[in-house]
Amino acid sequence: MSSLCSVGKRVPKIDAVDKATGRAQYIQDLKVAGMLYGKILYSKYPHARIANINTSRAKALPGVRCVLTGDDIPDIKMGVYKDNRPLKKGKVCSYRDEVAAVAATDPETARQALNLIEVTYESLPAIFDPEEAMKEGAPLVHEEHKTNVLRMPWKLHYGDVEAARKEAAFSVADRFSTTWVTHCCMGTSGAIAEFDPANNLTIHSNTQIPSLAQKDFQDALLTMGLKERRVRVIKPVIGGGFGSKLDTYAYEYIAILLAFHTRRPVKVEFTRSEEFIATSTRQPTITYISQGCDQNGKLLYRDISMILDNGAYTSWGATTPSVMMMPITSLYRVPNVRYEAKCVYTNNTYAQAMRGYGNPQATFAIECAMDMLAEKTGIDPIEFRRINANQPGDVSPQGLRITTCGLEECVEAVKDKLEWQKPRRHAEGVGLASLIHVGGGARVYKSDGCGTIIKMDDFGKIDLFTGATDMGQGSDTVIAQIVAEELGLRIEDIHVIHSDTDICPWDVGAHASRTTFVAGNAALGAAKKIKSRILELGAKELETPLEKLILKDRSIVHRDDPEKRIEIARLLRKAHFSHGGQMMMAEYFYDPANENLGKDFRGNMSVTYTFGTHGVRVKVDEETGKIEILKYVAAHDVGKAINPMLLEGQVYGGVMMGLGYALTEQVILEKGENMNPNFRDYKILTAKDVVPIEAPVLETYDKAGPFGAKGIGEPGCVPSAPAVANAIYDAIGVRIKDLPITPERVLAAIREKQGLDPCGQELGKEGAGECIIEE
Amino acid sequence: MAREISFEFNGNPMKMRVEDHWTLLHLIREELGYTGTKEGCGSGECGACTVLVDNRAVNSCLYLAVEIDGKDVLTIEGLASSDGTLHPIQQSFVDNGGIQCGFCSPGMILSAKALLDESPNATEEEIRDAIAGNLCRCTGYVQIIDSIKSVSGHESKEPRVVAWKTEETNGGD
Repeated sequence: MSSLCSVGKRVPKIDAVDKATGRAQYIQDLKVAGMLYGKILYSKYPHARIANINTSRAKALPGVRCVLTGDDIPDIKMGVYKDNRPLKKGKVCSYRDEVAAVAATDPETARQALNLIEVTYESLPAIFDPEEAMKEGAPLVHEEHKTNVLRMPWKLHYGDVEAARKEAAFSVADRFSTTWVTHCCMGTSGAIAEFDPANNLTIHSNTQIPSLAQKDFQDALLTMGLKERRVRVIKPVIGGGFGSKLDTYAYEYIAILLAFHTRRPVKVEFTRSEEFIATSTRQPTITYISQGCDQNGKLLYRDISMILDNGAYTSWGATTPSVMMMPITSLYRVPNVRYEAKCVYTNNTYAQAMRGYGNPQATFAIECAMDMLAEKTGIDPIEFRRINANQPGDVSPQGLRITTCGLEECVEAVKDKLEWQKPRRHAEGVGLASLIHVGGGARVYKSDGCGTIIKMDDFGKIDLFTGATDMGQGSDTVIAQIVAEELGLRIEDIHVIHSDTDICPWDVGAHASRTTFVAGNAALGAAKKIKSRILELGAKELETPLEKLILKDRSIVHRDDPEKRIEIARLLRKAHFSHGGQMMMAEYFYDPANENLGKDFRGNMSVTYTFGTHGVRVKVDEETGKIEILKYVAAHDVGKAINPMLLEGQVYGGVMMGLGYALTEQVILEKGENMNPNFRDYKILTAKDVVPIEAPVLETYDKAGPFGAKGIGEPGCVPSAPAVANAIYDAIGVRIKDLPITPERVLAAIREKQGLDPCGQELGKEGAGECIIEE
Repeated sequence: MAREISFEFNGNPMKMRVEDHWTLLHLIREELGYTGTKEGCGSGECGACTVLVDNRAVNSCLYLAVEIDGKDVLTIEGLASSDGTLHPIQQSFVDNGGIQCGFCSPGMILSAKALLDESPNATEEEIRDAIAGNLCRCTGYVQIIDSIKSVSGHESKEPRVVAWKTEETNGGD
């Protein structure tokens, strides 16, 4: 037992001062000498053949250095399905398709040049509804693919759902849907690409996946005929990630291609409207769920089939079913599970990863259906969750091995803090929803590893090189805390460098809430190596048995005789400046013992799982359909809070993002065209919308995690929508099954319940369906 | 068209020729080279470009540069003391978790300064009003509001996150 000095403390983020003073340099702030500015021309049609592109007027504009179209570039393939290329050739499949790109000496000239490019399109029939797109004879988004349904394997069946359905005393079945939402990082996307004379590439990009991006760009160079060239990815300070930067994108390849053709550094930086239109969204879903339990409320089966709007191309969004499987098979104990998901091409924008990676969509259907089932059984929703809660030691049907699990305690915390039993006033209601999420890495790639290198100087200071990516969440700080704790140093002794693939080791990327757990363990592993060497030196110097020594206060100290000590820095200098000298350097690569999903999707994808329960008290204005959130409780089992202040930041930020997803946010696509590419019309929540929130943290101390910690980056936004939907049902007895839960939807549901049409008129009466707007 | 204007920039008198069509944001970032002021949308919707003109918070992306003639401009770079000591609002954002990715922080901090200069004891309601035009996607605003409250004297000292069922750990072993 020991008391902790750095871990568990509310340590300010180590990059906060730079950010508070304007010193932090984002991609927007970077300029490279001789840099050109790249701009992209997008499609004017959702689906069309490109009959002709005339770039001669653009090329003739003074200041223009290069104009590229799909015909000018080699066949670089992008995305998980390799169905996309940086500049489209022959045809376009969505409004965000990149048709041409320009590099010019200044942004204004580049913009003007775009206006001079003449593209002749021949419009093609387009398809925007994934259910329609699955039908025989629907227009094909990619003719060579023969069908709009992607060949994805998402299908599992554990136990016997049909037998369980017959056996069930109570069952519910319904349809739920979620729509496009987008990350809205405050810093827009951008990249600067640059080649040296030997055609080695350096690219500054605000990516969440430096190592995988390096590989993608290396592949692109190969396609460009550049063999065995080096690729260096440098990350500036990142203005928010949330999954948006988990793939490589056309704009990055376009910067590379323009740089290659001009032999100059080229920057491509998105405007806000480009950020809305040309970055990827969360995957919209249509979910059919049925779920049943026995007489006592014990879940017997869950049966889900899902349709995902893939959009025109395939990024990680199409793989979100692999994560949806986790809540579907393993949120609560459910012995018989069936799941099938179809990803369908449409001429809409294409989806990507976004905080939760499919989990929010799946949990929306599951947790709404849990409440519906609880009501049928006559059991209180809280009690119903407790009856079915996962417990430590469980192995779920998918083979997820639950180690630490505080789900039941989280449910209890919500009951307590939300004052669940408190009598509700008219049109006031309470609701809850829980979550399971990967908390110990997630093996979605061949490796789930992260490397760390530690180098100590003669003054006891550390430079730590990690593969991890800090995009604002504070992983640098958490890593510094872990290393400071292990080596008896102070936070300010640890300098964390995460920015450059030339100096930082490999990491699979900032996804799956994995960084504290995986990068934390990697840093801890390297620190332990250093620690044992320092202790060895100290044992000799102090002539004390090694096991009697500890590291604290920047010194090596005798456990029982604190007077007997030596400063670490002094010891290091002695070791360095002596014959046969040595310096302290260590590396460690941590790859968690989690499993890739097998053929039938069984496998323990994470070493441990994070649990949580959100509860909400709402008041519904029955005249307007407006929802007021009176109180929000977000309880999580986090293993151990390495930094409670940063942890609460993750939870509050997640909840507010989750509430936006639940109530206000939607990318409005009309026949594939983005109708609201700005913050006026795409409604993220503001400071005026902050809800009264409490975030109790349960520490279950997971022995696989660094100092007991599990991941917490994504959970905050996972169960918000079903918690709100359940509270609305409790308040006024209407169930909203489609997100976002806008006042219009609530009002329409209230009126439907009253036997009225959405406009408030009696059904069947003259004028029904026509809204009369009173002045 | 260009004209010569005089203004004070972060406490320093300046005289320069500016084009009529330049925004203040352009002047600050592109002409003067101060990159702490961010462009998040370019249309006055996100507040990332907030700077103070004569102590009032303005969206510099919507403010013409020529309009600062005879006025004082303060950007985030001018807020800390010359010896590097942070302004109390900056320090509070650092200490209270008001900063995550940091892209909104300069604008957010300057909006807070404009508020607290005018009403040092601003209530939570006034704080929310003052930063309603500054969007943040990371923090959910809670710790930003806490950061400002703590300077305004309305701070609640109790930590919001209370852990339970903690087991004392014996390090990472």
